[in-house]
Amino acid sequence: MRAMVYRGPYKVRVEEKPVPVIEHPNDAVVRVTLAAICGSDLHLYHGMMPDTRIGHTFGHEFIGVVEQVGSSVQNLRIGDRVMVPFNIFCGSCWFCARGLYSNCHNVNPNATAVGGIYGYSHTTGGYDGGQSEYVRVPFADVGPAKIPDWMSDEDAVLLTDAAATGYFGAQLGEIAEGDTVVVLGAGPVGLVAAQSSWLMGAGRVIVVDHLPERLEKARTMAYAETLDYDEHDDVVVEMKKQTDYLGADVVIEAVGAEADGNFLQQLTGPKLKLQGGSATALNWAIDGARKGGTVSVVGAYGPIPNAVKFGDAMNKGLTLRMNQTPVKRQWPRMFEHVRNGHLTPRDMVTHRFPLEEIAEAYHVFSSKLDGCIKPLIVPSAA
Amino acid sequence: MTDPGVPSAYVRDKRTPTPSREELRARIPGWGVDLDPADRPAHPRLQYPADTGAHWDFPERQPEKWPRERSVEHAFLTPVFGTAQPPKGLSGAVRKYAYARFSEGRLAHWMLLVVGDRLDAAEHRLRSFASTRPDVPATGVRTEFTHGGLRSRRGRSDARHHLLDPVVVAGPWLAAAGGAAVGVRRLVRAVRG
Repeated sequence: MRAMVYRGPYKVRVEEKPVPVIEHPNDAVVRVTLAAICGSDLHLYHGMMPDTRIGHTFGHEFIGVVEQVGSSVQNLRIGDRVMVPFNIFCGSCWFCARGLYSNCHNVNPNATAVGGIYGYSHTTGGYDGGQSEYVRVPFADVGPAKIPDWMSDEDAVLLTDAAATGYFGAQLGEIAEGDTVVVLGAGPVGLVAAQSSWLMGAGRVIVVDHLPERLEKARTMAYAETLDYDEHDDVVVEMKKQTDYLGADVVIEAVGAEADGNFLQQLTGPKLKLQGGSATALNWAIDGARKGGTVSVVGAYGPIPNAVKFGDAMNKGLTLRMNQTPVKRQWPRMFEHVRNGHLTPRDMVTHRFPLEEIAEAYHVFSSKLDGCIKPLIVPSAA
Repeated sequence: MTDPGVPSAYVRDKRTPTPSREELRARIPGWGVDLDPADRPAHPRLQYPADTGAHWDFPERQPEKWPRERSVEHAFLTPVFGTAQPPKGLSGAVRKYAYARFSEGRLAHWMLLVVGDRLDAAEHRLRSFASTRPDVPATGVRTEFTHGGLRSRRGRSDARHHLLDPVVVAGPWLAAAGGAAVGVRRLVRAVRG
């Protein structure tokens, strides 16, 4: 089969690989019909995630058709169209039993601090991902769901991570009616976080970014006010001014370890790897929130330490809430919102690349060329 | 009466008016449909999901086809695990040592894994030179010409650190080439006596 393959930092290509096989009685093998590149894939692409092995296939946002099932699979049949959450989870451990699907303890031998994720290095379990023609899907009775007939492929693939994570970010913020919510990052996660903040009763939603096309999308797709940090010497001061010097009741950090906005953080993080990544957005979140406010972190960070202003968080009495999204837990309610048109993930898609052009797709997305907000990947066998 | 110009942060109540429910509903599709926390997923927190789909107490164990590296913070090898890219060569030895010796709480664990990643890249690069498809320093760069590399970056503050990307990508190659040149020169001198 054809599959995206990591060849080292900034180097990916398509190679021929063996089709995955059933390795556990509850496995399925899924033929991928549509995949996406996630902003967090860029951490891998830039060589920031420990134990990212040469030959690894990325991709944790994908949908497809069931091709094979293991002997104990009861809920799926060959030919079913499925959407697969980015989390791999057993459904039965202490954590899954309490709905913490992203923190499953039975699927990632390499680390206890993070659950299993498709195509996201050996630090999250060593599973090849879905930017390929076929993918192994463990715990087929637990993770995947059949795609409802009314749902578009674009919405389905975005619900496997980006959209679910945006909604989860707003949920973690514990928004109360009338709250001022600042969303850092107008990428795919931030856009849905902004939309979701309104559903949860926000009185104002302000989205911070510096790319004009993304800020425009925040205004048109999420009805948000926008703040271009390139236009201000110090965006934290601007956040204070815009909130009558209180700071935001809730800040949703939807950027993660690739954050722009501070050259030193970029240099020491993504470029020189002297820290786990750039903590710029996280520090802006801490400094931009009001005292006693809430910071919700859904931007992705790796296990290596970051230069985070923890003292400010402590002194301000902030509530910090964060996790990888337990995607399937979010789906029933999110499906209603998508069906009713309250959430419109498909509106963020800007580019489609054939799998054979995966290197081009990564470069365009990573460098944010051509107004790219969300690139989809179409496998050749789709 | 306090001066109305004093911002909210310095007095008891917010002085900036919040739009009414009616205004917000008229402007934002779906405003407030999840206002009640009970409508949000997994409320209250840590509730037991009705049915996860699991029909086991503890999953059947996947066969272990080679000694699978694992965190020492785990009691045992998890019943299900990825089998992509088994550890090989010098990088594999470093990775296995990192897993066997240091817990996730130790920086040495992660630093060794990063070293393993760089060794892995170097090992594969050397191997690629003997193949029909050698590695190239960066891929996808042609989109700089097809997808508006210059146009897209105009006026963007992150363009400054984009300039570092070629250094980050080409740096190890230049260092390796320089090291090889010095080595060859020394060898030639030694041979010539």
